[in-house]
This record gives sequence, C-alpha cells and structure tokens, in this order.
Amino acid sequence: MAELEPVIGLEIHVQLSTRTKMFCGCELSFGDEPNVHTCPVCLAHPGVLPVPNERAIRYALQIAVALECEVAPRSIFHRKNYFYPDNPKAYQISQYDVPLATGGRLGDVRIHRVHLEEDAAKTIHVGESGRIHGSAASLVDFNRAGTPLVEIVTEPDLRGAAEAAEWAKLLRTTVRQLGVSDVNMEEGSLRVDANVSVRPAGSDELGVKTELKNMNSFRFLERGVEAELARQRELTDAGEPVVQETLHFHPGDGTLTALRSKEEAHDYRYLPEPDLVPLAPTEAMLSDARESLPELPAARIARYETELKVSSESAALLAADPGAAAYFEQVLEEPGGADAQTVANWVTGELTAALRQAREKDGVDEPSLDPGSLATVIELVRTKAISHGSAKQLLPTLVLEGGDPVEVVEREGLTQISDSSELEGIVDAALEANPEAAEQVRSGNGKAIGAIVGAVMKKTKGRADGGEVNRLIKERLS
Amino acid sequence: MSELLGLTVAEAAARISAGEIPGAEYTEAWREAAAGDELNAYLWRADDRTSGTPPNGEDSGTFGGGDGPLAGVPVAVKDIFCAEGIPTTAGSRILEGYRPPYTATAVRRLHDAGAGVLGKTNMDEFAMGSSNENSAYGPVLNPWDRGRVPGGSSGGSAAAVAAGLAPCAIGTDTGGSIRQPASLCGIVGLKPTYGAISRYGMIAFASSLDQCGPLTRDVTDAALLLSALQGHDPCDSTSVGIEGGIAAPSREDLSGLRFAVPSELARDGIEPGVRAVFEATLETIERLGGELSEASLPHTEHGISAYYVLAPAEASTNLARYDGVRYGMRAEAGELVEMYEGTRAEGFGDEVKRRIMLGTYALSSGYYDAYYGRAQRVRTKIAADFAAAFSEFDFVVTPTSPSVAFNLGEKTDDPLAMYLNDFFTVPMSLAGLPAISIPAGLAEPEGGGPRLPVGFQIAAPAFGEQTLLEAAFALEREIGFDARPGKDGDG
Repeated sequence: MAELEPVIGLEIHVQLSTRTKMFCGCELSFGDEPNVHTCPVCLAHPGVLPVPNERAIRYALQIAVALECEVAPRSIFHRKNYFYPDNPKAYQISQYDVPLATGGRLGDVRIHRVHLEEDAAKTIHVGESGRIHGSAASLVDFNRAGTPLVEIVTEPDLRGAAEAAEWAKLLRTTVRQLGVSDVNMEEGSLRVDANVSVRPAGSDELGVKTELKNMNSFRFLERGVEAELARQRELTDAGEPVVQETLHFHPGDGTLTALRSKEEAHDYRYLPEPDLVPLAPTEAMLSDARESLPELPAARIARYETELKVSSESAALLAADPGAAAYFEQVLEEPGGADAQTVANWVTGELTAALRQAREKDGVDEPSLDPGSLATVIELVRTKAISHGSAKQLLPTLVLEGGDPVEVVEREGLTQISDSSELEGIVDAALEANPEAAEQVRSGNGKAIGAIVGAVMKKTKGRADGGEVNRLIKERLS
Repeated sequence: MSELLGLTVAEAAARISAGEIPGAEYTEAWREAAAGDELNAYLWRADDRTSGTPPNGEDSGTFGGGDGPLAGVPVAVKDIFCAEGIPTTAGSRILEGYRPPYTATAVRRLHDAGAGVLGKTNMDEFAMGSSNENSAYGPVLNPWDRGRVPGGSSGGSAAAVAAGLAPCAIGTDTGGSIRQPASLCGIVGLKPTYGAISRYGMIAFASSLDQCGPLTRDVTDAALLLSALQGHDPCDSTSVGIEGGIAAPSREDLSGLRFAVPSELARDGIEPGVRAVFEATLETIERLGGELSEASLPHTEHGISAYYVLAPAEASTNLARYDGVRYGMRAEAGELVEMYEGTRAEGFGDEVKRRIMLGTYALSSGYYDAYYGRAQRVRTKIAADFAAAFSEFDFVVTPTSPSVAFNLGEKTDDPLAMYLNDFFTVPMSLAGLPAISIPAGLAEPEGGGPRLPVGFQIAAPAFGEQTLLEAAFALEREIGFDARPGKDGDG
C-alpha cells in the first residue's frame, strides 16, 4: 500500500487590536464585567446600521499586504445568516465571494484569501453538558460581539502536524510584528482551525477533509492534527472512508469528537449587505499599508541566512523575536566587527538567559544591556582577555548594574589566566584529585578530559583559558 | 383654535418665528386635535401619559431649538422610527412594549429644526402592506370613508394629516408606502432619492429600498420637511444627502419641462375614475406649458415580480433579529429552538410570515441565482430604463395607485391583488428615484359611492428633488385641490 501523505490547510481568525468594534463605537475589552461594552448597534436593536471601523480596514490591509496578497479593488460585505444567541443580528457581517484580498504567500504556504468580519458574542452554558443542548441555562456576554476579525485561509500546503504548528507560529510572529493584534491563542485573539486530509504520497488529488476546531495553543494544534492524521490513516488502512465533518478538540485528553451534524448543517443564505457600500481601498490607503510594513520574519530569516551567513536555526530564533533581532543588528554595527554567527549565539543564548534570570529571579521589569557592552564582551572573549566562562558570569552583572565591561572585569578579577606557569600547578592538582579520569584519558577516552577541565575551572572560578588548560592536560597525560 | 389648525406648516412656522403665535399654543392645539383620533391613526400620543415614558425622562413633546425652521411644529411620526423611551412597535406584536434606547436620525433632525413628536402613527406590520390592515393593532380607517382603507404602509401618518389630526407627518416608503396612502387619503407624499435621508433608527424592512419621507398637506410643506430631514449621516454609510439642500418651491408654470408617460404603465387595471383624473392632469400639465410624450420603460412591467423577491429576501434577514433573546416579546420554552419558534410564531402576523418564508426561500442555496440574482438583474434593467428616459425627459408621470381607496377586507384574502397596488410606485423604488404623489382630483370608486381622492405621481432623476418639488408646486397650484374629508366626501 502506498504511503499516506498528510494534506493540511489552516483557517486562522485574528482579532484586531483596534480601540473600538468593527461596526460601532464600543470599546474592545478582555476580561471585563459582562455586557458593559455594548450599544444599540452591537446589540442589534431595531433600526441600527453598521459603520465600518476605518482602523480595522487599515489593519486588515496591512495583513493582506504582509501576506503578499492581491487586494480587491472593491470587496463586498455579505450577511451570513444563522440563528444563535451569540449572533445578535442573526447574521454575521462577513465577506463571501469578493473578499478583501486573495492569492498571497507566507513562507512556503500559499494564502487563499484574507477577509474582514465581526466576532460573535460569548455564550456560557450552565450545566453538565457545557453545550446549549441540555444546559440548565445559557448566558450571553455581548462584550465581544462585533470585535473586528481578519480571517486568513491557506491553501492545503502543509504536510505535517509539526509543520502546521511551526507555520502558525510564523504567522503569529508576522501579525504580532505588524502590531495589529495581540495574537494570543489562550485569550482567543488568535484562533487556528485546521482542515486535515490524507492521500497516497505523490497524488495530486485531495482526500476527504475534516475540520478541526478548538485547539487553543500551538501544542494543541499539533496534537489535534497528529491525532486526526492517525485516525484518518487508520480508517484508510482499514479500507473505510473518511467522512467530512467538523471535529472538536478536547484539550484535557487530546481526543476529537464530531459536532452533531445538526449543528453544522447550515444554509447561510449569503446576501450582499445592503447597509454597507463596497470596500474600495484608495491608492493612499494601500501605499500607507505597504509603507507601514516592518521587515517581516520570513524576509528577515532569508536575509540573515544569505547576507550574514547565520545558521537557519539562529535566524529563525532571532526573527521570531523582533526585539532580539533589532538588538542583534545593533551589536553587529558596533566597532570590532564581531562575526554574525557569534553575535547570534550570544544574543539567543547567554544574553537571553541573563535577561530571563534578571526578570524572573531578580524581579527587574525591563532588564537591558546596551549593544556596545555586549560587543565589548564578545571582543574580550575573542582576544582571550577573559574566558568564555567568565563572560557568562559577567553578563548578569552587566544586565543588573550596567557599567563598562572592561572595568567590571578588572574589579571582579575575571581576567583570563592563560599563563602556563600559573596554570601548571592547578592542572597538576586536578590530575591528582581525579586519577580515574586521568587514567581514562590515558587509555584513549577523550571525553573523560571534561572532568579534569571542570576541576580546573572550579578552582579558577572559570577564569582559566580553556584551550591552554586542555593543552596542558594532554601534554601531561601523553 | 381651529384657525391655527387651518394653517399649513410653512404658514404656522413663519408666524411662530415672527412671534405672531406662541409655539406652545400651536402645539397644544394639535395635541388636542390628535387626542380626538377616531381612526386608530395613532399608536401612541405625546399627551398619553399612561403609555409612554418620555425620552431622557423629559417631556416627550419637547421641542428643539427655538429659532429653527420648524420651531413649535408637532410632527406625527410613523411607528417605525425609534425615539428614545417612546414605545416603538413597527405595528408588530413582537415589539409590544419595546422602548428604544436611542433616537432615529430623522427624528433627531426634526428635533434639531425645532419640531417635536406629536405621536407615533399606526402602520402595516414592519411596513409590509398597502392597506394598513396588517397592523397588529388594528387597521387605520380612511377619513374620507371609514369603511375603506387609508392605504399603507404609512396609513396612520396619511390618515392623521388628511383628517386634521396632525399638521404633517413622516413615513417610510419601500415600494410605495408613502405615495400610495398619500394618494388614497388626498394629501402630498414624497419619497426622496435613496440615500437622501438617513435610515439610522428607522426599523428596516428592505434596506436597499427603504427611504424616509414627508406626508403633508401641500408641496411647500413637503419641501420644508425634506429640507430639515435630508443630509449625510455618519451613522448611515448609504446616506449622502442632497447637494445644495432644498428650498421652498416657487415655480408657477411648466414651460420647457418634458413629461413622459410610460406606455407600459398605462395599461389595463386602472379604475376608469382614476384614469379620467390622470388624463385631466395631463391636460393641466400642457396648459401650464409642459410637453407631454410617451416613453418606453420596457422592464418596469416586471417591477412587482422583482420587488416581491428582493424586498422579502432582505426582510427575511432584517427580521431575523427578533428572536426573543434581547428585547421585545419572548415565548417561554424549555429549549432554544422552541423559544425561537414560539416567539416568532406568536409575534409575527401572517403577511410578515409570508414574506419571511418567500425571502428565505429566495436566498436558499441552489435558488439564489434563479430568484435573488435574477431579480437584481431586472432591477438593474429598470434603473437603466429610467436613465434612458431621463436622458430625454425631465419627469416620468403615472397615476400613484390604480384605484381609489378600497373597502376594508376587500383584498385581504388575495395577496396578489394587494401587491398590484404598488404597480406604479415600485419601479421608482427599485431604481432609487425620487417620486411625489400629489392629490389631483376626486373619482367615484368602481362599484359606485361617494367620490374619493386620486393621486398623481411625478418621478425625477436621482437627487432631482428640487426640480421635482418645483414642478409639483406649479401643478398643485393649477389643480387647486381643496377637497377635505367630511366636506366633499361622505364624512
């Protein structure tokens, strides 16, 4: 039997971080008391009309442009009709056959479409089922009703659960960098649904897909898709058909259950929204969106790899954190001309650790280290003025107290010991204290040298020149 | 007192602003007159302290700016306009007891011009009807003959003005709902261009067709109200207003103006009496120097068919919000769907249900193109017909309604016959054009009886309201219609 290949497409909802709702002046909120951010418009009182939020349109255009989409000259709002208590008008204003933008790309994944719509209210069902069926009572909080949403639909270009989660992270970083959304999966400002199917590897045809919902973290996204792929493979291997359905992910046990077919059998009776005119972005709006684009992660990764010869792993780490990337580039501009990969290693490694420690252990709100200081530290290591180990000790001090690295090195006595005469005695003592390790090294186990080096470093508080120490040990044991 | 009630709004406003009449006295005279409503024209009146909480806790009869053009003028407002704190039902059981938390832009604009709300007038439920018999609160009676309908859906507004229960009124017109009742009650009714007046706060029936407009005693009053009502509203993305505003009309002749009679609309089904008044009016136009021609608007014949797909389709989604969850009536039930069904079954009347079903069907997957899509194409062609006609002519004229006021109950069992009342008014609605109905004379109904008013409809190009009002003013003056219910009718 031919091997089965996963085919995955994602549907992403991004809550825009505008000040007000999509079609009225109510403020957006998260976690406020229920039903305080409402008005006749978002409660769908008789006679009200929607007025589109200019900023939401701008944000949506920025997303469309960042995803390299073609923006429609006149996109159309539609009414998507269905009855549910979280849907006050009994229709959601969305876009249907002429969306805001189509045909883009992010990384290796093609974007099918990007459109604007409004979010529903929140329903809370009291009772065991947790669903409206069989609940003792249902409560509706309209604070969220009318929050601007951008829906992004990809082509089915993803080939694995981990790949899907990785790509979703890239999308999150991209949108976060635009500054148009909090993109927080736990809080629901980023929601990722997955369309999953399998097919014989190499086939061009698409298998029957299922839609996965309620995966509110990247880990759950990966687990949900993984579980569904396993289920579909099992069915296919057993010669049974995959049924098209919507599946609900349960974070507790990682299982998927089908929504009742009654709940999803909707005829939305789409109707062009007569209360709104077509959305026709002006040239000024488009160029504004284009000009406001920062360098996005995908472009940044490519530039770091090709121009700066940084490893793809380091490039991805830096691009995922716009602040770290900016810092990295500032260090590179400092005199001294440190190697880009070395700087990347320091920024994503020791510096990140030092900053985290300052934040978490020392309670410093916004720890920082000026780029010039890190450049100096790297230079001190390169010229062997201090050891790598001393540099690791030095960073937390600099992060917490600042100051000139050279002076701190002097003050703390961190200068590297590379003078053999000074090191010889210490090395000899270490060999004596570790006869077993010494014996192993002698008999050809190179790894055993670590214990002896460690002893030297302990004695010198990390100040010993590692290269010199290695040389001395090997000399004595040869 | 009765002398005050005899004044037109323009006359009264001029005297109030000149300090010749105290505004309060004028208002009080009309409140008393409105209190004498025997036609079921009002659903709520400002003096009715038991049934309404005034907006903002103030007197609901409060009037706006003291020196506005409508200072001291009380206006009868169709119950489809929201006014904060004032019961607003749209003629439906489902909104019984509903008090809006906000005020419609049209009402606010009247208030800003110095006017106040005299009362809320009865109407066909959600503006669906041509006889006012679809009101959940009982039909309005025609002041000319209480056995007959006043037309609809703005029947309460038309009857109130015709019967001297209000100096002027506002209503809404989706397919003829201002013009047809104005015609049947012998007053002036103007449907402005789509987009001239904000729809914010006007309870939606068919959003792409609904338009607010005045119902008045004469053309000058219609111009005065339109002037106050029109204008772009940031709360209504489809509103644009009328460039240059509206001035009081003053034209005395029609020389140089070209009037077209559509050959397709001058067909069978027009009552002989209505036809006679229409033809006499055409002669009046010529006498005033206007030129008459026949024009072809080939697609207007299909107006009714297209309208009864498009309007119900929009209505089916507009009325979906009445679900018992947030306001209005709720039928208690153990399950959500049961609650929805019970609320809507009890809350809506038959005609509303019929149209929701028609519209839901027309939008259903697989039927959309055959119904909604096709009706939209007809609509586009009708608009193109008018555009072609207006490249040659200034106005298109028709009778407003094929008949004079008909008997209560006469057409209630025959929806198609009822829908044909809108035959002459629907095409302009579909094309979004301004059209006015002015009383042109009296005619005997088919089957005999005392003579009843006949309306004459004039339609103009989009945003051509000023020219339209000028022509209507000149024609009104020459016709000299001065019949009043109870004076020339049977009372």
